[in-house]
Amino acid sequence: MKSAGTIVAVALLIAAGIAIAPLAATEIPPAERRSGYSFMAPDTKAIQDDDTANPGMLWVLDGEALWNSKAGATGNACADCHNDARASMKGVAARYPAYDKALARPVNLEQRINLCRTRQQQATPFAFESRDLLALTAFVAEQSRGAAIAPEATAELAPFVAKGRDFFMRRQGQLNLGCTNCHDDNWDKHLAGSAVTQALPTGYPIYRLEWQSLGSLQRRLRNCITGMRAQNYDYGAPELVELELYLMTRARGMPIETPAVRP
Amino acid sequence: MASALINVPKKAKRGEIIEIKTLMSHIMETGYRHTAAGQLVPRDIITSFTCRFNGAEIFRADLFPAIAANPFVTFFTIANESGKFDFEWIGDNGFTETASAAISVE
Repeated sequence: MKSAGTIVAVALLIAAGIAIAPLAATEIPPAERRSGYSFMAPDTKAIQDDDTANPGMLWVLDGEALWNSKAGATGNACADCHNDARASMKGVAARYPAYDKALARPVNLEQRINLCRTRQQQATPFAFESRDLLALTAFVAEQSRGAAIAPEATAELAPFVAKGRDFFMRRQGQLNLGCTNCHDDNWDKHLAGSAVTQALPTGYPIYRLEWQSLGSLQRRLRNCITGMRAQNYDYGAPELVELELYLMTRARGMPIETPAVRP
Repeated sequence: MASALINVPKKAKRGEIIEIKTLMSHIMETGYRHTAAGQLVPRDIITSFTCRFNGAEIFRADLFPAIAANPFVTFFTIANESGKFDFEWIGDNGFTETASAAISVE
């Protein structure tokens, strides 16, 4: 009897395992996608909705000043080549990370700005998470506010999207969690007091109240990876850019909110 | 770098209650935090915010370390005449910033 009971229990576990396994890899259907904005309290939404209350706009203003200020050996400002960002940068952030032919891999918006600085302006690149880089990124991305997220669906990018998706689905770290375990399977629940949300990066760089500062998507990703107690990656690491790219394909068609406010 | 974001209605009716919103860029370092090496990070906060209307003080606030970075101060006043609001923020390490906004009252 005892052994028969064990067999039944094992059989049940196997059956349960089979039932759970496909769920773990289920991405959120497009109709059920929700921006992190929709999970926020009315007070926090109000901060984002009012451009004179949204602290992210302070960085956007800084970014506008940087856009027009000369830099590097060429003495050119961003505006000297790209003219008015309101026209030239409209919709640009919606398709980043994008493929860079010279590097033969995708680069995110921060890296694109730094590539422009080193290649075109012959200036020193900004440090990741520096106020200047965040400001210029926020200013450029703000020009795409309301534009639908549209990462390029090219054959060149496909393998990188796949790698990013693999990262998202793979269990890792001391807690043996994959991103998907929270953000696909449990986005409607809470982790401690906070909404889990759906991992749709619609408003980066974001002003995060917890940070009391603007921060990049990579900063947010590194937070999560630390939380999983997994091996982290340096800012600008290809793995993080691939993950960013996959996340943007998840959010395809959703409007850009930069600079978003998050709790 | 960019400092203040001010939201004052450009026009108002005489006697109308208007809301004034101000956002100032500042790290508001509390002075209670330590670096990884154990060194105290010195306090660096805004200590005072003042709003004057046509030279007369109409609002003042003292700020303390518990106030978050980039302080957002909003208050109400009654629009009695056209004029100019002058805002001033004073803080540690010689921090001073000013901004102004005009209103026309009909």
